[in-house]
Amino acid sequence: MYGNDFAPPEDAPGGGLLGEVEAAEAALREAAARARRGAPAPDEDVEAYFTDVIDADQKIEPRDWMPEAYRKTLIRQIAQHAHSEIIGMQPEGNWISRAPSLKRKAILLAKVQDEAGHGLYLYAAAETLGISRDELVDLLLDGRQKYSSIFNYPTLTWADVGAIGWLVDGAAIVNQVPLCRCSYGPYARAMIRVCKEESFHQRQGYEILHTLAHGTEAQKAMAQDAVDRWWYPSLAMFGPPDGDSTHSAQSMAWKIKRFSNDELRQRFVDMCVGQAEVLGLRIPDPDLRWNEERQAYDYTQPDYAELMRVIKGNGPCNRERMTHRQRAHADGAWVREAAAAYAAKRAERKAVAA
Amino acid sequence: MTGQSSPLWEVFVRARRGLSHTHVGSLHAPDAELALRNARDLYTRRQEGVSIWVVPASAITASSPDEKDAFFDPAADKVYRHPTFYEVPDGVSHL
Repeated sequence: MYGNDFAPPEDAPGGGLLGEVEAAEAALREAAARARRGAPAPDEDVEAYFTDVIDADQKIEPRDWMPEAYRKTLIRQIAQHAHSEIIGMQPEGNWISRAPSLKRKAILLAKVQDEAGHGLYLYAAAETLGISRDELVDLLLDGRQKYSSIFNYPTLTWADVGAIGWLVDGAAIVNQVPLCRCSYGPYARAMIRVCKEESFHQRQGYEILHTLAHGTEAQKAMAQDAVDRWWYPSLAMFGPPDGDSTHSAQSMAWKIKRFSNDELRQRFVDMCVGQAEVLGLRIPDPDLRWNEERQAYDYTQPDYAELMRVIKGNGPCNRERMTHRQRAHADGAWVREAAAAYAAKRAERKAVAA
Repeated sequence: MTGQSSPLWEVFVRARRGLSHTHVGSLHAPDAELALRNARDLYTRRQEGVSIWVVPASAITASSPDEKDAFFDPAADKVYRHPTFYEVPDGVSHL
């Protein structure tokens, strides 16, 4: 159970998370059908109308009036999310040529292609808010907008690909499932698509770790080492603790965000404990234990000073990731130019023939 | 880093025979042919469709640019267009 505003069916396909995505999708359709709040009357206060729509759990659509701060917050959040998907292709792309079998290679290729797709769905959603793709790409390339700090950690072994799928994609899903109910329509719809696909990513990672953990001693040690290195950075993905989070309160009021950083982090920890047991791997936290009173696990917080260092650009791979992205973009310039020239030539011929 | 940006295309996918094309999102492409190919790779990686339309976003004319004019008002006071407006006497069937 991950939401407090609905109950996913017990036999939801794919278990809890996928069931929740489907519940969010159903809620979206149901809200659209329920109160048919039409356009505001010509003399109606647009701000009151905006608040009304949000309160009724309806979606704000691109050409509705919205407060400038709402628009800016969404552009920042959706863009950072999109950048993360694009940069996130690198740590895993690192292992495509070295995957241990043809099957694993084909799966990893499909997964990395999905990440590119997620970036594109999200860029398209951000563009509906009145910013262009070129601006968004430039914001990433010259470092004015960030991407998730998790992708600044290196993938040292094949087991890291498994740990990323299980922990990093798992944390991403816990973060993203509530976004399927975000008040901004295009973002909510993109997230429904993304979450359905993420579920494959998480399972493929889990399967890689499960295979390694049930292999030779060396394979099991490699899996454990990967989990040891990825656990705390994954916990840090939920952002600073609630007390220090700057954007939370307003985003909650606007229903962009539905749960606080700490609530989501707790949910993730509670989810992982049982999954780690089945893997036969240890979560690297000596203080992890069930708290009967809270009905949740007590756990050690990640090192937020480290998170801040990585966000500020001083993680193990920040420079490498940015340099790679900038080079890839520059190396692709001739393709974009050639395609544009070809399109222009064909348009000209058509004009002459007409 | 720069370069002229390619136009925006809106993508519509027919999920299965018998259903209408539905808007699924948008993408950038220099021409229609590439827009179609990109749409296939972006929106139908898991057999989500049997047919795709791509339409230049600039070719779409929307009903009300600020979503707040009286364009749809004429329909609001014509409840008699709905069958539920009419009272059906008891005992009448097939109506």
